[in-house]
Amino acid sequence: MGRFFLRRFGQAAIAIFGVTTLVFFIQRLTGDPTLLLVPETATKADIEAMRHTLGLDRPMIVQYATFLWDLLRFDLGRSFIQNVAVTTIIAARLPYTLALAGGALFVAFVIGVPVGVLLAMRRGKASSGGLMGVVLAAQSMPTFWSGILLIMVFAVWLGWLPPSGPGGFSHLIMPSVALGLLSMATFARITRTSILDELSKDYVRSARARGVSTRRLVLRHLVRNASIPVVSIAALEISHLLAGAVIVETVFAWPGLGLLTIQSIVSRDFLVVQAIVLLGAFVTIGLNFLADILYSVIDPRIRLDGGPS
Amino acid sequence: MSALPHEAVAVERPFRRRWWAAPMLPFILIFAAFVLLAIFAPLIAPYEPNVQNLLGRLKPPGAVVRGVTYVLGSDELGRDLLSRLIHGARMSLAAAVLSVMLSGAVGTMLGMAAGYARGWVEAVVMRIVDVFLSVPAVLLAIITVAVLGPGFTNVVLVLALTRWPRYARVAYGQTLSVANMPYVRLARFMGAGRLRILFVHILPNIIGPLTVVATLEFGLMVLFEASLSFLGLGVQPPTASWGAMLSVGRNYVSSAWWIATFPGACLFLLVLSVNLIGDSLRDLLDPKSRTRRKE
Repeated sequence: MGRFFLRRFGQAAIAIFGVTTLVFFIQRLTGDPTLLLVPETATKADIEAMRHTLGLDRPMIVQYATFLWDLLRFDLGRSFIQNVAVTTIIAARLPYTLALAGGALFVAFVIGVPVGVLLAMRRGKASSGGLMGVVLAAQSMPTFWSGILLIMVFAVWLGWLPPSGPGGFSHLIMPSVALGLLSMATFARITRTSILDELSKDYVRSARARGVSTRRLVLRHLVRNASIPVVSIAALEISHLLAGAVIVETVFAWPGLGLLTIQSIVSRDFLVVQAIVLLGAFVTIGLNFLADILYSVIDPRIRLDGGPS
Repeated sequence: MSALPHEAVAVERPFRRRWWAAPMLPFILIFAAFVLLAIFAPLIAPYEPNVQNLLGRLKPPGAVVRGVTYVLGSDELGRDLLSRLIHGARMSLAAAVLSVMLSGAVGTMLGMAAGYARGWVEAVVMRIVDVFLSVPAVLLAIITVAVLGPGFTNVVLVLALTRWPRYARVAYGQTLSVANMPYVRLARFMGAGRLRILFVHILPNIIGPLTVVATLEFGLMVLFEASLSFLGLGVQPPTASWGAMLSVGRNYVSSAWWIATFPGACLFLLVLSVNLIGDSLRDLLDPKSRTRRKE
């Protein structure tokens, strides 16, 4: 276990290092990142002064080292547009995105898992075919379109829910559904597969032979055993949700990190964009790491392929 | 190919038998229809996509204003929605085709190089692949467009930049399994150069799985292009693009439902048909991965 853990931890550390390097170089794709950081009205002298304050007139390798050192101290810089520390700006928006991701995960889980169980139980029947069609459709649905359709139906026509903007629970419902639909499809498919896997096992056959009803079998045994892959997929799905939040938050004017990304791009507040991308990458790497560890704790056989090579 | 005739037959037969199978036919037709619309857009579209008509603003589907019939309604500048939809198909498909080709070519070459050369090339390429795959692709695309600026060319470049690792990983794994096959060893023994071995002997044998990846990526690229355009980071106005049309429609949900509804429906149909075609292709070519998700 210790060996697998260390190895996997090393991989995660390399990935984090790689991502920061990637972001550092993407910034320099156009040559001079100063132009990304100054407002469009800046004069030549402003740009020159900025270049010096940022240390961009120093050698690339020094800049890179400084960049890494600042990150290690959780110093993401100050926004030039708002003149506030980037960490403060992000901290103010983070709760909104967390609430949205939580809501979406809830929707995906509560709908996706039962649908997956149903799909597995009724495999080969017409009702299952129709349901599978719905799942496939949900997977191909662009989130911005489903979001807009939700607004049309539930806010404009029926008037049941507020169309957009921040607020209480009722404001969170539609964004969560729009964002959760995609993950719902994933959960349904994974649940279906893992239940079908379980159904072919010996203990199921012997339980059936003892006369255990299918319903009882599924609820008492299968769901528990089949939940292992679902849980680990859930960890990965969270990072998809964070990326999807950019779109959904824009559609619903929900003031989380996703909307902040777009606002920062428009107002040319590049340090904020960079911080959000780094945060998203770190969360993804961290969750992947956790999922692998969790998986290997639940099912020790997994470690075999990650063993010494 | 000739080294393993029985395998080649086993792959091809069900392919021929099921490719045109009835359940898939409507989706293949939908996809073909979009391709035709995109290619012949100027001939099919009833009006010019960018001509404004301020008297015909926000007209519902079927409205007639001064002899101009808005079959699917008009947008906030009085432009014909149907014509813009047809021209928008061009943007979606062109961006997807180009970015899939570019990322597929780059990824395949790097993956094959890593799988064949092994050693440090393998270590470097595959670590870079891991890094790229550990960042949510949407975020990576957004930050790169933010740096490079919006526009069609940049969108294609960004999509290629963010998606090549998917092909590299598949090409790498496939090359590893093929590289020690007797026919490859024989070719090497007979003095074939590295490039010849890679492109003449290995590539044709690993192209199947790569095609499946490309099909599944294609739908994703259509969605990515639309997402970037929706966020204002893609193709710039007045060029018609489904994502940008949706973003306009978002502002008129309460007064003009048609502006957002039709581009969204097109996007949905296109992506759904491409995904289903990709899924069935994958089932045919690679039965083992029948249940896995595309990402």
